[in-house]
This record gives sequence, C-alpha cells and structure tokens, in this order.
Amino acid sequence: MRRPTPEPVQVIKQRRDAALKALVEGVPYIRFLGIEFDRRGDELTAVLPFSDMLIGNPVLPALHGGATAAFLEVAALIELSWSILWTEVETGKVEASKGEASKVEAGKLEPVQLPRLPKTIDFTVDYLRSGLPRDAYARARVNRSGRRYASVHVEAWQDNRSRLFAQATGHFLMPFNDG
Amino acid sequence: MTPKRSEIARQFFEAIPHSQALGMQIVSIEDGKAEMTMPYDKRLIGDPVTGVIHGGAVSALMDTCGGAAVVSHPEAPIGTATIDLRIDYMRAATPGQSIVAKATCYHVTRSVAFVRAVALDDDRERPVATATGAFTFIAQQDAGSAK
Repeated sequence: MRRPTPEPVQVIKQRRDAALKALVEGVPYIRFLGIEFDRRGDELTAVLPFSDMLIGNPVLPALHGGATAAFLEVAALIELSWSILWTEVETGKVEASKGEASKVEAGKLEPVQLPRLPKTIDFTVDYLRSGLPRDAYARARVNRSGRRYASVHVEAWQDNRSRLFAQATGHFLMPFNDG
Repeated sequence: MTPKRSEIARQFFEAIPHSQALGMQIVSIEDGKAEMTMPYDKRLIGDPVTGVIHGGAVSALMDTCGGAAVVSHPEAPIGTATIDLRIDYMRAATPGQSIVAKATCYHVTRSVAFVRAVALDDDRERPVATATGAFTFIAQQDAGSAK
C-alpha cells in the first residue's frame, strides 16, 4: 500500500496563512494597534511595530502600560484561538481551507465563518521594565486548554529574547461553552 | 491636592499619546481618586460579530486611570509606573456606550501604591470589569535620595 502523496508545500502554507489572516484581520482593535503575526509552522510570534500613538510616557519615552497589556492579551487570545483552530485547518474543516487554497483571499473570509473567539475571564500583567520606543514581540503558551477554560501565559520582549519587558497570565472561557 | 496640581495632572494625562489615541478624558482627579471616560469607537472592537470593545482597550483605560489616581495622592509622588495589574472581566461592555473607569489609590508605602479600579458602562449597577494593581510610588520628600 502506498502512502498518499503529501500536499504541495505552498498549498499547506497558503491554507494556514489564510486561516491566520482571517482570525487576525477580523478584529478591528488588532488593526488599530498595528499588531502582526509571524508564523513558523504552528508557532506564532506577535509583533507590535512601534508607533508614536503607543507612547505612555513622553518624557522617557516609554510604551504605555495599557498598550503593552493589550498587546499581551491579543497575543494570548490569538495563540489560544489558533491552537483550537489548528486541527480543523489541517483537516480542512474550517471555511478558510475550503476550495482551492491559492484562491482563498482573506477579504472573502467573513470572521463569522470562523469559530467564535474565547472570552477573557481575567488577565494579570507583570511589568518587568519600561517598554522602549521600538518594536515589541510576544509569544504565548497555552498551559492548559480544557473543554470550558484555558490558562495561557505570554512573554514579551524587545531587543533580547531573554530580557522580557512584560509577561502575563490569563484565563479564558472557551467558545461554544458559554456559561 | 491643590487646584494647580490637579490641573497639571489633568494636562499631563490628557497629553499622553496612547490615551489620546483611545479618546480618554479625565472626569475628575483628586486626592488619590480618578475618574476617566473612553467613548465607544468602532476601531476598538474586539469581537466583530457583536461589536463589543476589546478587553485590551478596557485594560488601557484602567491602567491610565490607576496611574492618575496614584499621582493625585496627597503625598504628591513625582511620577509612577505600573508594577502589576490584574483585570477581571465580569461581562461584555454594551456596544455603543462609553466606558467609565473609577480608580482609588487606597494605600501607599514609601515605594508602592496600591490601587483598585472599576469599569462601568451606562448600567452603573453591574461592573464591566474590576482591576487591582500595584504602582511605583516615589513621594516628593524621598525624591532626592531615591536614585
């Protein structure tokens, strides 16, 4: 018995990128902050390109604690949603992967077609040093993902991956299990 | 807090670029208490299906309001920064309504200020979110030695 031929790499990449794009671009607040996601396989890195409107202390200058908190929360939420979505993207169950992958445009993907996002129950941010006026990066890790609740940890850094400027832990209510 | 000091604090907080971008306005700032509003804005939506504001924008409002409460404390700190902030989201804010945050700096030590805050929409009986935070606190009389 022969194994089925693996899908061409570009088909897989396009399908994954389309699903991620639909997830991220449907949220106005993510666009407002200018947050982007860099994908390597299933690993996501959230990127917050610096802009003047992110400043919280014009004297230092430093990033606004609220902008940092929002960046971390977005990174945690998207990582969690992405991890829920991953199997369905791979098996072609979600809308983003229907039809010919190369013809899927994010503009055609209504966010409604994707599963509802998890809801934040609580979020605790730990500010380790002031955010510098330059790009910031964040990676989240889903520590526990149950049927009803999930616990996610997220770390953010700027120039050096080992010198975090903020970290956070959040608990989330999973979609489809309201109440 | 003297009227002059409160006016300086108001100008300072309203000039913060990120607070301006989110449309935040100070309602009152006095003696360790601050109240701020943030109007409903489609750019801040976190759930495109329902039009509910993203939790991150509520966090930003609570953080700013907490900081404003700290600098308005009678012991007159020269500035502040957030050490940690925990937000509990009780319910979705009603789309179309402004969010009001009220923060109280309820205790200070020589180096730390403790803050509680609540976020409300038009229904003042049921909070949208609550927050507790610790902020750095450098009182004016300590400023010379605190380096």
